[in-house]
Amino acid sequence: MMLEVRDLDASYGRAQILAGVSLDVAAGEVVALLGRNGAGKSTTLKAILGLVPPARGRVVFDGVAVAGLAPYRIARLGLGYVPEERRIFTDLTVRENLEVARRASRQGFAPWTPSRLFKLFPNLETLIDRPGGRMSGGEQQMLAVARTLMGNPKMLLLDEPSEGLAPLVVEQMEAAIAALKREGLAVLLCEQNLHFARRLADRAVILEKGQVRYSGTMAALTADATARKTYLEL
Amino acid sequence: MTLLVAHGLRKAFGGVEAVVDVGFAVAPGEVVALIGPNGAGKSTCFNMLNGQLAPDGGTIRLGGENIAGRPPRAIARLGVGRTFQITATFASMRVRENVQAALQSFAGKSYGLWRSADTLYRDEALALLARVGMEDQAERPCGTLAYGDLKRVELAVALAGRPRLLLMDEPTAGMAPVERLALMALTASLARREQIGVLFTEHDMDTVFAHADRILVLDRGRLIAEGSPDAVRNDPTVRRVYLGAGTMYGEQA
Amino acid sequence: MSDLFADILIQFLNGLAGASSLFLVAAGLSLIFGVTRIVNFAHGALFMLGLYLAWSLIDLFGRSTLLGFWGGVLAAALCVGAIGVVIEIVVLRRIYKAPELFQLLATFALVLIIKDAVLFFWGAEELLGPRAPGLRGAVEIFGRRFPEYDLLLIAAGPLVLGLLWLLLHRTRYGIFVRAATQDREMLAALGTDERRLFTSVFFLGAFLAGLGGALQIPREPAQLSLDLAVISDAFVVVVVGGMGSIGGAFLAALLIAQAKALCIALGDVSMFGTVVSFSKLTLVVEFAIMAAVLVLRPWGLLGKPLALARGAGASAAPLDPPGPLFWPASFVVLVLLALAPLGGDRYLLVLMGDIAVFALFAVSLHFLMGPGGLVSFGHAAYFGLGSYAAALVFLRLDLPAEAALLAAPLAGGAAALLFGWFCVRLSGVYLAMLTLAFAQIAWSVVFQWNDATGGSNGLIGLWPAGALKDRTLYFWATLVLCAGGIFFLWRTVHAPFGLALRAARDQPMRAEAVGIDTRRVQWVAFALSGAFAGLAGGLFAFAKGSISPDTLGVARSVDGLAMVLLGGVQTLTGPVLGAAVFTWLQDEIARNTEYWRAILGFAILALVLAFPHGLGGALKRLRGAA
Repeated sequence: MMLEVRDLDASYGRAQILAGVSLDVAAGEVVALLGRNGAGKSTTLKAILGLVPPARGRVVFDGVAVAGLAPYRIARLGLGYVPEERRIFTDLTVRENLEVARRASRQGFAPWTPSRLFKLFPNLETLIDRPGGRMSGGEQQMLAVARTLMGNPKMLLLDEPSEGLAPLVVEQMEAAIAALKREGLAVLLCEQNLHFARRLADRAVILEKGQVRYSGTMAALTADATARKTYLEL
Repeated sequence: MTLLVAHGLRKAFGGVEAVVDVGFAVAPGEVVALIGPNGAGKSTCFNMLNGQLAPDGGTIRLGGENIAGRPPRAIARLGVGRTFQITATFASMRVRENVQAALQSFAGKSYGLWRSADTLYRDEALALLARVGMEDQAERPCGTLAYGDLKRVELAVALAGRPRLLLMDEPTAGMAPVERLALMALTASLARREQIGVLFTEHDMDTVFAHADRILVLDRGRLIAEGSPDAVRNDPTVRRVYLGAGTMYGEQA
Repeated sequence: MSDLFADILIQFLNGLAGASSLFLVAAGLSLIFGVTRIVNFAHGALFMLGLYLAWSLIDLFGRSTLLGFWGGVLAAALCVGAIGVVIEIVVLRRIYKAPELFQLLATFALVLIIKDAVLFFWGAEELLGPRAPGLRGAVEIFGRRFPEYDLLLIAAGPLVLGLLWLLLHRTRYGIFVRAATQDREMLAALGTDERRLFTSVFFLGAFLAGLGGALQIPREPAQLSLDLAVISDAFVVVVVGGMGSIGGAFLAALLIAQAKALCIALGDVSMFGTVVSFSKLTLVVEFAIMAAVLVLRPWGLLGKPLALARGAGASAAPLDPPGPLFWPASFVVLVLLALAPLGGDRYLLVLMGDIAVFALFAVSLHFLMGPGGLVSFGHAAYFGLGSYAAALVFLRLDLPAEAALLAAPLAGGAAALLFGWFCVRLSGVYLAMLTLAFAQIAWSVVFQWNDATGGSNGLIGLWPAGALKDRTLYFWATLVLCAGGIFFLWRTVHAPFGLALRAARDQPMRAEAVGIDTRRVQWVAFALSGAFAGLAGGLFAFAKGSISPDTLGVARSVDGLAMVLLGGVQTLTGPVLGAAVFTWLQDEIARNTEYWRAILGFAILALVLAFPHGLGGALKRLRGAA
């Protein structure tokens, strides 16, 4: 198992956001984390990476118990994170944004270089010396994913990569993530866009009020109108 | 009788043209969507309408009066309500106080130094919250609300000024699919019932095609298409620059 | 060659030399702020430490050898860097997530501690340093002698600027630093150990401050007042240049050092029949430049708008109506206070009077900072101008104290109206710095205008006649006026104005979108706050019988901030509590030891580390838990 999360609790201040979340992601698998706003999807990703310190529970990434470690240590083990708001370094150029995240390559994965990334996101090549702040939302989202790949991760945590993007760009993003999946990367994907999630994910986990309410294959969820209605609709 | 008429709007930043000769109209009770690729100039257009930016050229007439270049608060007082892409509520206040602050401002009472604000326009605030279905959460601090509820509070705050026109910048960003549809259904029904014109930007095509009466499409600062949802959906140019193959929204709805 | 031209040229070179040392300090400050978002008040103290350490180390290594001198300078700078590392690890690392002002208060505590440490190790006497071996002479320029050492200093500024630029733009470390400036959490998520990075940046910043100090050793004596003098100069430079911009800091250092040098060169000049003393303007000129720059370019010469720091403290909670016991309890406290003088203890009477005055002062500051979200770093200006207005009306117009007291809020309010007009155009750190600049200008005017204000001697003989002559009656009047003022501000916070003010703080764009004129609301808040601070100042003047420029000095402004922060910005009762505890503590410690500053500093540090939400917040939590 690439990622194993057991009974994870996390809070912001006094508000408990996660209450006993458990989920698994196998090597090379794409798992969609679904649910309404405030269900705890983003917090789950942040708690896995240690950005929100988990109050309780176990997180095992590629055989290492990581709950309680500093985020940079977890990241160095090969867990890449692309946040919802992209968080590009706007004063840095595309080249520098990539350089900041560069880490040694890993056995079993072809190392990422800027030139290899430009094959995945052709737009970025022409923008190499442009400051991140002067790119469109779609270009920034591509850079956010590319930047994380420079760390040569074994697994990606993607927080709503389709949010706020034009449908055409969402299609390009889908193609890129599908290519990463073919390379063998595991992905935990938070999504609101069901069309997008459905085309990429092998399995789906649905959160509600910080707890896992549904877990199954994407095909089963697509077929299960009751589950969709209960957990994803009002 | 049209409510809003923009004509020949243009704006450039440091020599780069963001909006070029854009014109359109919104009628009372009409729900109009403004769509286009990231960086097409939607936000710039919007910010000229709400007063955040002064246009380099062109006119914006609201009920016949040119409002181009006026500050946001003046435009608000002329009956333009707005909601923000990233929800902007007064986080240190209760839900009811958010609406009260708006009501007190529109009534010109914001400089009262002595009388308690707690009871001033309390009933009116509760009535507005009832219209967006938030009356039972009136006493909760805004900082603790779920995202979808915050959006509804924002709508109530926007309605406090009895707007003739509502400007909504990506109103459903970050919401779950069905919450999106619910919020826009609420907005559309308020708009039609009270004859409020609505102009909104949006990337979620399910929402746009379900609730917009008319769609404007911007690309590279220019209006490239305008028409009914069906016409826009089938416009080859729009498909090429924006909609793509249609895998990311319910093609058959 | 005319004499005036030669004078100006020599002063220009002097200005360049001064700019170098100023730039080193400011660059360090800017670097630290850029990455950690901490405004390091102790940066001037680190400069001072560099100067003292250089004095001792050069002595140790040998004053007359080249190696002894330069080895001493370098070792001093390295020591200061190491001290910076200790400070970062022991104190700052724990409060990166605390509100900005808490960090400021903590670094101010460090100023107090370092000052007393220097006093302990080196004594209160000025220490004259050695001159640099081989650079003891002077070169002749247009018939004037100019020290060789200063020529070297002139070169040092651009050299350090170049090295820093290379470090930041041509190394991987530099990319990390620039990325951390923007989003440290994201940097960590990408696998960078941001804690080590922060420590290293703090080392570099402290090293530069220490180097700036050590290099001054042949030029100026080491003395205890350097810490605050240097930090206010450095603040001005950093703000004028743009927070976080090294190039901007260099430009600003040049501009300010040259403006000062020009004022000295011009000296006393006859203009339109009167003598204008430009040399006296040196104190004001840098703050005047800063005010002008901030109004024209709100983010400094080369700065950019500051993005809101990520993970900044959660927003304020709603203002709950007070519990059923609040008003009865307040009334009981007030009655007990009123009974205090009946015991006949003169000392207690004075202390209680001070507490009442400072409670009003703190509440007026809190009104701006809390509900207004406008951090005033120079609130003492309104307090002090209130005192001086009351004193001048009393002494010069010969009006009774009752009438003179009326002048105090008017003066405080008028000054706040004037300064506030500029200030509400800015926000955040820039706003805080502009309020500091205005306060310094007010201080300089009071300090230098001998004829009207008595200059550094201040004004004496402020003892009211008539009804207020009796100290107990005066105390009661103070109590009533202060409690009344606090109550009025409390009502205002809960009135529609308070709601509008909080709206403008929470979401300025949204507030404008519901028709609130946010600038005007904030401007009115400035005026109200200034008026009540002025009233407190007036009451203070007649309680003490004399006033001095200290009444509106930086230290007084910091006292006010400390009171508000101790009490907690989130609660309305906090500032009153904070004022009482702070006033009592300061008084108690000052009476018992020579090293009261250090003790106060440690006390502040302990409180900041233990109660990051202030005393009021801690009480609230206790109640919440119970």
